[in-house]
Amino acid sequence: MAIQYEIVIGLEVHSELKTASKIFCCSSTEFGGDPNTHICPVCLGLPGVLPVTNKKVVEFGIKAGLALNCTIAEFSKFDRKNYYYPDLPKNYQISQYDLPIAEHGYLDITVDGQQKRIGITRVHMEEDAGKLVHEGETMATSRYSLVDYNRTGVPLVEIVSEPEISSPEEARLYLEKMKAILQYTDVSDCKMEEGSLRCDANISVRPVGQKEFGTRTELKNMNSFRALQKALEYEAERQIEVLEDGGRVIQETRTWDEARGITLSMRSKEEAHDYRYFPDPDLVPMVISQQWIEEIRQTLPELPDARKERYVTDYALPVYDAEVITGSKELSDYFDEGLKHTANAKALSNWVMGELLKYINTSGLSVAGVDFPIPPANLAELVELIDRGDISGKIAKDVFADMQEKGERPSVIIEARGLKQISDEGAIAAVVNEVIAKNPQSVEDFRNGKDKAIGFLVGQVMKATKGQANPGVVNQLLRDKMK
Amino acid sequence: MLTKEQVEHVALLGRLELSDAEKETYATQLSDILEYFEALNKIDTENIPPTAHVLPIKNVFREDKVSEHLDNEMALANAPAKEGNSFKVPRII
Amino acid sequence: MQFNALTAHELHDRLAKKEISSVEITEAVFKRIDEVEEKVRSLVTQTRDKALQKAAEVDMKIARGEKIGPLEGIPVLIKDNMCTEGILTTCSSKMLHNFVPPYNATVVEKLKQAGAVIIGKANMDEFAMGSSTENSRFFATRNPWDKERVPGGSSGGSAAAVAADETIYSLGSDTGGSIRQPASFCGVVGLKPTYGAVSRYGLIAYASSLDQIGPFAKDVRDCTRVFGTIAGHDPKDSTSAEFAVPDYTSFLTGDVKGLRVGIPREYFVEGTDSGVKELINNAIKKFEELGAICEETSLPHTEYALPVYYIIAPAEASSNLARYDGVKYGYRDESAEDMVTMYMRTRSEGFGTEVKRRIMLGTYALSSGYYDAYYLKALKVRTLIKQDFDRAFENFDILISPTAPTPAFKFGEKSDDPMQMYLSDVFTISVNLAGIPGLTIPCGFVDGLPVGLQLMGRPFGEGTLFRAAYAFEQNTEFHLSRPKL
Repeated sequence: MAIQYEIVIGLEVHSELKTASKIFCCSSTEFGGDPNTHICPVCLGLPGVLPVTNKKVVEFGIKAGLALNCTIAEFSKFDRKNYYYPDLPKNYQISQYDLPIAEHGYLDITVDGQQKRIGITRVHMEEDAGKLVHEGETMATSRYSLVDYNRTGVPLVEIVSEPEISSPEEARLYLEKMKAILQYTDVSDCKMEEGSLRCDANISVRPVGQKEFGTRTELKNMNSFRALQKALEYEAERQIEVLEDGGRVIQETRTWDEARGITLSMRSKEEAHDYRYFPDPDLVPMVISQQWIEEIRQTLPELPDARKERYVTDYALPVYDAEVITGSKELSDYFDEGLKHTANAKALSNWVMGELLKYINTSGLSVAGVDFPIPPANLAELVELIDRGDISGKIAKDVFADMQEKGERPSVIIEARGLKQISDEGAIAAVVNEVIAKNPQSVEDFRNGKDKAIGFLVGQVMKATKGQANPGVVNQLLRDKMK
Repeated sequence: MLTKEQVEHVALLGRLELSDAEKETYATQLSDILEYFEALNKIDTENIPPTAHVLPIKNVFREDKVSEHLDNEMALANAPAKEGNSFKVPRII
Repeated sequence: MQFNALTAHELHDRLAKKEISSVEITEAVFKRIDEVEEKVRSLVTQTRDKALQKAAEVDMKIARGEKIGPLEGIPVLIKDNMCTEGILTTCSSKMLHNFVPPYNATVVEKLKQAGAVIIGKANMDEFAMGSSTENSRFFATRNPWDKERVPGGSSGGSAAAVAADETIYSLGSDTGGSIRQPASFCGVVGLKPTYGAVSRYGLIAYASSLDQIGPFAKDVRDCTRVFGTIAGHDPKDSTSAEFAVPDYTSFLTGDVKGLRVGIPREYFVEGTDSGVKELINNAIKKFEELGAICEETSLPHTEYALPVYYIIAPAEASSNLARYDGVKYGYRDESAEDMVTMYMRTRSEGFGTEVKRRIMLGTYALSSGYYDAYYLKALKVRTLIKQDFDRAFENFDILISPTAPTPAFKFGEKSDDPMQMYLSDVFTISVNLAGIPGLTIPCGFVDGLPVGLQLMGRPFGEGTLFRAAYAFEQNTEFHLSRPKL
């Protein structure tokens, strides 16, 4: 019988914090800019400079820790992690080693309708490194590289999970949830495309029932949720194959090759890592009072799980809908804003989940952007217009298309295009009479008890009125006249 | 006594290229010094807290404000090699 | 009149009375440099034009009838490990042979604001690692009292220049004795302030938890003025203390009646030159004569200070010096085609023997499996050393000892044996580990070589050190002797 394997995954998430200045100096954290223009003597690591901690970074670290249900350290400090790499100007990274800002937290994900809790080992603060641009095709074939220190010293939190993730899908769900939480707490933009949210994964496999972990590999360079899942799927299969063939998994770092859909070993002539951590003598310890923690706790917004709960309980949204909407802070904020203008939460949710998401995906626009053409109040108004019987659902889709184009309120569009639903019996009666006159066979069928025939007749009336007639009124009039 | 391999490992960690003669000298000298450090083992420090900072200073922070940039020319002024706006280094691997 | 041989306070009085000009003083200093620098070799960079320009500005100010500060228009020499904007800052290393900082160290900024005339940068042991200035990658500085002998180190250039009247005062840095030992060897006053009293911003780090900048001066009064100018909180240095800087000259009363002086017996052990011991005993008698109460005391963990220092300092140094890699500034080996080789060759060629030895030592002490046995252990014993001082200062206002076990030694005498060289800092190292202030003043001569008396005080107790040192100085004439060059 074939051996069954189980997968063990732990994730390390790096997220850039949304501060104006860097973690230990006054340089700007702004993304982009010409190379080496957002730097100062401190982040360039000039001889003699000293770091001074940005208070906001510590506040954000505490805030992220609280949002992830962690215990906040009473005493915390910065340490130096020593290693040589040209994107690291001091050849050490100021990070946190044995006394991180927050520890022992968790976040919940929903897998196949079931809630699963994933432990968070620690949250710590550190400085980002710079950027290397390699001449030529790849790092291996290039003759030289160029170094840009603009990102050097941008504040990061590193969030390490317990090895409690059991599938590539769970890993993706964990990262999606992490992104949502960090966005809700407003500590990070979490733009994977700009590298402000990054994720490394440790993965191993073992036969079901075995207690010891298998040998793990570390995966890097996964730049999207999809890539994370794909890379882990590939790597799990690769490891199982190695074991099935009687081989041993080598502990190593592997990089995800998106184009080829495989992971590759990153072996180099580097010595085994020995980071020689020690407390940074240039920085003093942090003593975090309960009062400070409470002050920050007060600033915590409603987090995704609480919001989901509210949608389900207060608005009777299906769990699935609530999860999709709260998965993105922007979308959820949009939905909440819309709810101020309509009481029909379910209908609004349908529009958000359906037409709106479709539009966001095709247009690439952000609902929070200033140039987004459909403010939440407009979408809510559309829902209201349908509810009031002013337009039919079918017409509404037409109107929605116009709202994208023109950025106008739906009532304005309806007015301008004369799309308002006709409910006036007198106006509809003439068309009904005409349709009855033109379709004697259907009228005959109906009168002989074929109730279905009325559907065809309603359709004819709707066609003649370009969909504007109120279908309920049409139906009633037809029945009255054919009695 | 430090072995040649240990000296080589430490030299690699510290990014120092040593000649064979230097390796030998450092092996001997470092061993002597480390032996001298053995004196510390005479003291029981089980319940003694470490002193990383002599002053009881804590919670030194600055406000999140941007200022004081170096312009690109100044930043690169001391660079041994540069190209465009960037520092230039030999191939990484 | 040799203006360059006067003290800063004497010169200030004459400037204020318009008896002399800052340009005359500055010219006198450079004339002296031209005459004796070949013999002393204390400067790695001279900033003659900038200095004369600054002096002329101060003279204009005086001519306008404006008041000038105590250091305004007075020449100063700065150790070459403090960053000076637009002026070469080398740490006497090939690694930084061409480095021109785009910024000023906070102390340099403070001196500039005080109107000081910066005449150049002083030679030193490479990256402040050494006790003789023989480790300068450029040239050795000679002791003005005996050109066959070292000036001490690592701030040897700063000490020798003051002793040779090539400058009025100077700045040095002290990590394990690098101000006090050369001051003792050269017969001048030198202060290692309380850790955190003077900003380290812009001081090129050797061992961050021990480094402090301090003055070299021709007498105690000058020392108080310079220290009063450079001390104080700096928001750019997280380890800098917030404290009110007093007017230190107010401590110069000449009165030590009732001052409780402790004499730690561990500082009078074997290995100390008998002539040095005798001079220290004379000094103790002098303090008693002046009404101080001198008693023996004990700092029981003294013998561990040297191993603790030679674990902590190299460990911090191994990390502090990692940034010298040929990428952003300084020396680069051009032969390497890949990054790791470039790093290794750059650092092997850029650093000298002692620096490499300490990088090796510190890297080893921090490496996996050894951290607890060495670095953590050293930090714990550091606690015990600090506690020794805390206890002693419950009973005493100051402690006194020899500054160094011997007078200046000869070139090459200890340079082949690192342990022997390290032992020359045996009396100064504890003060850095405990973070307390240490002041050295001339207390006599052994075979024509100056000997220093070390005064140690409570944290931020520099005032008390000045009080004691000034009383001693007023009642002795050692500080008035000058070497013949």
